[in-house]
Amino acid sequence: MDATLISIGLDPLTAKITSMVIISVIVLLAFVTIGGILTLVERRISGFMQSRLGPNRVGPQGALQWVADGVKLILKEDLIPEGADRKLFRIAPYFCLVGIFGTMVVFPWGKGVIVADLNVGLFYFISITALVVFGVLMAGWSSNNKWSLLGGMRAAAQIVSYEIPVGMSLLVPILISGTLSMGGIMASQGWLPWEWMVFKSPFAVLSFIIFFIGSLAEANRTPFDLPEAESELVSGYCTEYSGFRYAVFFLSEWANLFVLGGLTTSVFLGGGNLPGALEGFTILSVLVYLAKVAVVIFVVIWLRWTLPRFRIDQLMSLSWKYLLPGAFIAFLGQAAYMLLTQHTPIVQSIIAVLMFLVFVFVLIRFGLKVRVSINEQRIPVNSPASNVS
Amino acid sequence: MLIDFANVFLFAAIAVGFVALILTVGKLIRPDNPNPIKRSVYECGEIPIGPGFAQFNMRFYLIAFVFVIFDVEIAFMYPVTVIFRDLMQAGWGLLAFTEITIFILILLVGFIYAWTQGGLDWVKTLSNES
Repeated sequence: MDATLISIGLDPLTAKITSMVIISVIVLLAFVTIGGILTLVERRISGFMQSRLGPNRVGPQGALQWVADGVKLILKEDLIPEGADRKLFRIAPYFCLVGIFGTMVVFPWGKGVIVADLNVGLFYFISITALVVFGVLMAGWSSNNKWSLLGGMRAAAQIVSYEIPVGMSLLVPILISGTLSMGGIMASQGWLPWEWMVFKSPFAVLSFIIFFIGSLAEANRTPFDLPEAESELVSGYCTEYSGFRYAVFFLSEWANLFVLGGLTTSVFLGGGNLPGALEGFTILSVLVYLAKVAVVIFVVIWLRWTLPRFRIDQLMSLSWKYLLPGAFIAFLGQAAYMLLTQHTPIVQSIIAVLMFLVFVFVLIRFGLKVRVSINEQRIPVNSPASNVS
Repeated sequence: MLIDFANVFLFAAIAVGFVALILTVGKLIRPDNPNPIKRSVYECGEIPIGPGFAQFNMRFYLIAFVFVIFDVEIAFMYPVTVIFRDLMQAGWGLLAFTEITIFILILLVGFIYAWTQGGLDWVKTLSNES
């Protein structure tokens, strides 16, 4: 893009800055669209899982529902409650959005499709998302509402507790790839499933499990959605928010779901790597990447309708007493594993393939078991049980 | 390469600008007639009792404290993790591994201390004096 701008008569620095601004606006639009669509996707999948329709009126299959919601929220009156800390109340949404949108700088959309492949990529990723904690705390504190205060405190305690296991478990992929840049981590994996980071060693599997549980909690997803547990805290830290300020929290939450899927995919699940023969088809790489992200997001939404919510003390002890020691073991184990097998890479490959086969076996067993239990529990239409009225 | 880091500030500015823009546009078209009942704080439909800036639990402070210690330690672990592979290829692998282990052991002492002192328990029982 720089070259095009230079050719129409701009000097290199202006061209660079112009292209950066254009790219960032494009990424913002993509980000908002993805966040909006994900709210719709979540509602549709929830509907599907609960045997109801979900939103399907606005546009084909309800595809424009998120636009309608956004417009409605812009037109809503923006109330600031009595006695609230007005400055903090207004600033809080910005922190949440900047914290999530900032990750887009190092977000690898595919092979070579990355805004800026910073050499501290993964570290930057973890640190910029910490801004969300500030937004949540500010929103909770400034609302002058007891639900908000408790929700904000819980959210902050939960996010910081789970940041430790997540940070520790991400050390394992860094050990394996030897770089912090997102592009580098993606390039250190292959397109075949047993070349993915998650199957590279037994300890990578452990760190993947810890990372996935931890990032579910960091994104406030069920079973860790205590900050917004409706039955206890109304709607947590955003109880008092209305209008577009509320929409910003909403947007950053669902965009966070996408960021979660993206980080999982690019660090552990091979990112947008393609077979050698297809090298260079950037669009295909992006599509592969987005397909993997979609699968991860579907699993996250699926978990929401499968698992009951944790209690706060269980949540804290899970983080500090199980995940953190597990992350220590994964890190030291991986370092030892690398030392032991450094002259025999063939052993590593064999173990990777074996683990992949075990994974496929478990997946097939799970699928069969679920199918059997669905068939057993299915109630025939028009049977007495389905006509309770 | 350094200009790549300008992207970070640019993205932050764009995000702030986006929210500010929509809120400003919204300000022109949305209704604005607050009244005391509308502006009152939500407390399940009751008239709120006292301000919302209530006292909250000490536990949050403890959690924050343990968090700060561990987060700093993790920040120290990242650099050595990045170069571990290079060290291993240069033949320094065992030394690096030993040093990392010592570092983690020191960390673990603090962790075990916090654990045994009940710093990680959410539900605290008062010490039974009877």
